[in-house]
Amino acid sequence: MTTATIIQSLASGLLMGLLYGLIAAGLALIFGLMDVVNFAHGEFLMIAMYVTFFLFAFFAIDPLLAAPLVAAALFVFGAVVYLLVVRFAMRAKANVGMVQIFATFGLAIVMRGLAQFFFTPDYRSIPHSWLGGQTISFGGIYLPVPQLVGAGVSILAFTALFFFIKKTDFGRALEATREDAGAVALVGIDKNRVFALGWGLGAALVGLAGAIMAMFFYIYPDVGASFALIAYVTVALGGFGSVFGAFAGGIIVGLVEASTALILPPSLKSVGIYAVYLLVVFIRPRGLFGSI
Amino acid sequence: MDNSFAQRRRRDLLLAAGFTAVAALVPLFVKDVYVQNIMVLTLMYAALSQSWNILGGYCGQISLGHALYFGLGAYTTALLFSKFGVLPWFGMIGGGLISAVIAMALGYPCFRLRGHYFVIATIVIAEIAYLLFLNWDWAGAALGIDIPVRTDSWLTFQFTRSKLPYFYFALGFCVVAWLVTFWLQDSKWGYWWRAVKDNPDAAESLGVVVFNSKMGAAAVSAFLTAVGGSFYAQFVSYIDPESVMSFHFSLLMALPAVLGGIGTLWGPVLGAVILIPLTELTRSFIGGSGRGVDLIVYGTLIVLIALARPEGLIGLFSRKRKGASR
Repeated sequence: MTTATIIQSLASGLLMGLLYGLIAAGLALIFGLMDVVNFAHGEFLMIAMYVTFFLFAFFAIDPLLAAPLVAAALFVFGAVVYLLVVRFAMRAKANVGMVQIFATFGLAIVMRGLAQFFFTPDYRSIPHSWLGGQTISFGGIYLPVPQLVGAGVSILAFTALFFFIKKTDFGRALEATREDAGAVALVGIDKNRVFALGWGLGAALVGLAGAIMAMFFYIYPDVGASFALIAYVTVALGGFGSVFGAFAGGIIVGLVEASTALILPPSLKSVGIYAVYLLVVFIRPRGLFGSI
Repeated sequence: MDNSFAQRRRRDLLLAAGFTAVAALVPLFVKDVYVQNIMVLTLMYAALSQSWNILGGYCGQISLGHALYFGLGAYTTALLFSKFGVLPWFGMIGGGLISAVIAMALGYPCFRLRGHYFVIATIVIAEIAYLLFLNWDWAGAALGIDIPVRTDSWLTFQFTRSKLPYFYFALGFCVVAWLVTFWLQDSKWGYWWRAVKDNPDAAESLGVVVFNSKMGAAAVSAFLTAVGGSFYAQFVSYIDPESVMSFHFSLLMALPAVLGGIGTLWGPVLGAVILIPLTELTRSFIGGSGRGVDLIVYGTLIVLIALARPEGLIGLFSRKRKGASR
């Protein structure tokens, strides 16, 4: 193992980590807002990848251009899911936690079934995108362009999110609702509207990630499952509900995954991520950046 | 108060005896192998979910990683039998004990975690075990283990010609899991668990040893789950990590309890009786083409029950009874 190999894999790990952060951002946002873990988050990613694929296949729109469209489509989807399913799950009087887990999990199964039904279980990919398959070399280190652009999009998205939450009325309403939903209702903010918009925004973020992922990853009905667990770990590492914790969590997960792949067989690379999660929560039961 | 408590216990026991007697007679009339197969699976999941319910329902520690114990039971039995010729019955007890010990070893750090941190830890631990077994050559890695066929007998717990012995074992397993729950729920452990579930801090302050009672629940739950895994290995006679240790199994163990009524004596049985035949039937009648209709039906059912009956389907019965007694 030479220094060059190590730097090479850490660099790829960092890029992947920034994408993991972007995938997890929406999950963290929704959790922070209303204490709900969306167990269909991976399926949101899967839908985003399919939307990207079909925009490419039918209208020849490159994934890079499609990204904002996919984000917009997912925004609508997320808000609808809140209004049709999650809103009712939150009204449960018994077993609230379990109801939320199983309502969103049931939704995930339905989405996977629908994807199999309409899109077939075949693996699809976008063969000729503008960036797909290209690499850039920085002093002997080769970086795939789609991942590099994805990392850039992730940083941009997190920056935009930061200003959005701090500077806009909706962002402030979001922050206020997460602090105290009851008090927010007293000053005339419609809690349901904020939640619906929060779900929309969370889904839009994963939509952005899906459009990027579609450039270099196979698209199939179960694709979400492999990323969902990583997203939960990312969010938990950062401290549930902290959107910027998810950013840091993503980077850690990417780097740990890349380092594990250096030492263990590639099929075991996720073991490193899971082990780090356990190590962190055993030492700090509320994640790295969560308040104790 | 005491009177109605004794009445409730007597009623539950009578119901259980009645159901068991009826269930034991069913295979005498239903000869179809396909239907018998579904009945075996239904009983097995009822028992597994009953075991899950001890930790997840009564004690409130939601584990979505019970596939670990199921897999350990299956692998212990299959490995001991195929490598060393040890009879499955020893593998079953051994797998149960190993699982109970591992559950306590894992519980030691994990029971300090709360809420989603705990749930994710259980998923992640089972996933690590799954990946390790997938790469463990001696245990067959991804190819799994074919359990060698010997003579059909209760000693080798192999029956190639009939499903009936499996059916009666599954029924017995289900009854045992039910009786364990029945006995535990009104023992001091049962009260501790409910106290821990409702409010761990208050329970601690009232002298409930929160940590120990979680450990106890985990050990019992893991032991029974491993027995189920061991049974499953004998029943299907071929196992691989995907078929005994994947996340899917963790969910299948939790779902019947959640749908039927989490933390209730009859919830897991009711949930399994509805869920498992429904899954199997949709899979074979409409899902045969691999087009996902079975998933759509199954997922929709989960969403609808979760939204409409958050306390589980068992709520339908208690309401009726209340109405009748008025």
